[in-house]
Amino acid sequence: MATQQKSPTEIPTATVWFLKRENVRRILGGLFIACGGFVVLDVIFWLTGFDKHPYLKWEQWPGFYAVFGFVACVILVLISRFVLRPLVMRDEDYYDRNSPEEGGETDA
Amino acid sequence: MPEALPPSLIFLLGALLVPFLRGRVRQGVALLVPVIGLVNYYLITKGVHWKVELLEFELILGRADSWSLIFLHVFTVLSFIGILYIIRENEPLDLAAGLLYAGSAMGVVMAGDLITLFFFWEVLTVGAVLCLLSRKTTASGNAAKRYLLVHVFGGVVLLAGLVIHLASGGGTAFDKIILSGPGPWLMFFGFGINCAWPLLGAWLTDTYPEASIGGVVFMATFTTKTAVYVLARTFPGEPVLIWIGVAMATIPIFYAVIENDLRRVLAYSLINQVGFMVVGVGLGTALSLNGTAAHAYCHILYKALLFMSIGSVIYRTGKSKATELGGLCRSMPLTCLFCCIGAASISAFPLFSGFVSKSMIMSSALGEGQVLVWLALLFASAGVFHHAGIKIPFFAFFSHDSGIRCKEAPLNQLLAMGIAAFLCIFVGTFPNAFLYPALPNLEVAYEPYTVAHVTDQLALLLFSALAFTLLMRAGLYPAEIRSTNLDADWIYRKGGPLFYRLADKGLNGLNAAVGRRFLGKVVPGVTNFFESGGPRFACLIMTPIWAIQRLSPEETDAARHSVFRRAKHGAFPIGITAFFAVILLGLLSLLMRF
Repeated sequence: MATQQKSPTEIPTATVWFLKRENVRRILGGLFIACGGFVVLDVIFWLTGFDKHPYLKWEQWPGFYAVFGFVACVILVLISRFVLRPLVMRDEDYYDRNSPEEGGETDA
Repeated sequence: MPEALPPSLIFLLGALLVPFLRGRVRQGVALLVPVIGLVNYYLITKGVHWKVELLEFELILGRADSWSLIFLHVFTVLSFIGILYIIRENEPLDLAAGLLYAGSAMGVVMAGDLITLFFFWEVLTVGAVLCLLSRKTTASGNAAKRYLLVHVFGGVVLLAGLVIHLASGGGTAFDKIILSGPGPWLMFFGFGINCAWPLLGAWLTDTYPEASIGGVVFMATFTTKTAVYVLARTFPGEPVLIWIGVAMATIPIFYAVIENDLRRVLAYSLINQVGFMVVGVGLGTALSLNGTAAHAYCHILYKALLFMSIGSVIYRTGKSKATELGGLCRSMPLTCLFCCIGAASISAFPLFSGFVSKSMIMSSALGEGQVLVWLALLFASAGVFHHAGIKIPFFAFFSHDSGIRCKEAPLNQLLAMGIAAFLCIFVGTFPNAFLYPALPNLEVAYEPYTVAHVTDQLALLLFSALAFTLLMRAGLYPAEIRSTNLDADWIYRKGGPLFYRLADKGLNGLNAAVGRRFLGKVVPGVTNFFESGGPRFACLIMTPIWAIQRLSPEETDAARHSVFRRAKHGAFPIGITAFFAVILLGLLSLLMRF
């Protein structure tokens, strides 16, 4: 099934454009600029009184969605890593050991 | 114009026929079935079709309205994509399983009464089990057993609810049911098991990653979405569903962040997305129900696309774990592109399908004043971008170079993914072309492309991406670790064997103890009693007589011995037997007098 080990020279270079170090930096730069841009846009909306037709007044606050997205993801990752993982992580073969159903030998 | 046929009939007949064909004919017929299904879809007119009398019940195989037709459409399209994806291998069992699964799902959505619904509901499980077995590994075989265990249980719960509902005069109508009394509650939970509710849905993340690469495409499409459809039909506006949906949308994303197996990450995000739909059903407004139908439609396409792209990675590399993959965009650029389109769709980027459907449910939550629900869903939206939108493509195709060099996915897989990717973008960019006019409640208009919606959504997503980048750079992002994360499936995967061992030790111990006590002591005692009790009694009666006769101790012993022996063997002289018989008859005749 797996047909591997094609030599690296055969690989089209176009596909590795975004793996080059300087391009990764460019992509990240673009991300930072875009993020800044949306905050500026939100501030402009706020200053000009552009009506977003919000259901909640929070939605009209500049940067509400930006801050929410950032904070939500940080909280998500920190809770997953420092709370959930210590609670639920087990060895990869956790279910394969000691279970007669999956043919574990330790029962014998 | 030719008459339309029940779509389930077309697919089930196809599933029966396919295993008996060979080579190209088999491939042709398998692909033709969904095409016929699609043509048939356009022939179906709205209304109630195909009624069958069974005993005193009237079974309705075709209730065609906008609810059932939108689901039928996406199921038909997806079955074509799914069959195309696996057509190259030409495995009779896999093709038949896909068609059977699709046919039963169509049977559920077209069902007009609860009995037809139940019948096809059970066939769904058969389809899923076949999709698991088609992987042909020990792990997938065991997963199939666990899947069967859970869904047979769910089926029994549903059947119990159905029987109670019928017996208490609820009728067989497959329409809104009031959630009160044991019948409706049992049915509610029966549906909930297939819908992967919290604690009831661990079967999904447990078994989906074990299925074959094509099988999981069908599994991700049919079981949970038919459950959403059935809930939307029977329990719309049931407030408890809002909170069930919120739990589904939020809890799995934490698991998804620390999960290593990419198909399991997708399974978690599947539950997360179905959570949005369940919230939509729970809110029960015209807009939220539209949102549920639209989101189910879009979700089926992009989730299938994501599962197919990771499936192609497995097909070429045999690996699905983040720790073993990375840098595959070099070798599989097209698969990578399709995966990114699926990721953008599930993340609800503007111009991609999730954007035009998910927001309906969220707007409806705000419209109903459910601010907490809205905040939870917004959190889930940021989270789904984080783990499905970034993590899946990043760890498979970018990230560090795993050193794997392989061929691009085969043509049929690329075509299948290409069609799904095209539909994701088409539906997302032109929602008014097909999706919105097909929604159940046309009286509410919804416009996703407002300046505020687009900019707010982009800000949310870009800052989520920023958070991912910064956390990665700071080394705070949880490293991918080969591990198993406990979930509610622990209850039957560990609890089951524990119960087995407890039962083994407990019941077999009891058995042994009983064996020792009862068989070892009581039974011999009883036997002894019945064997020598009579003779002993006889000896006891004779003892005073012997005392009167003044026999010596030796003579008494000899007499006792003789009586005991005769009594034991029943060897008394006829005279004595006759004497007792006469006494007995006398007693009987005396008794008759009274």
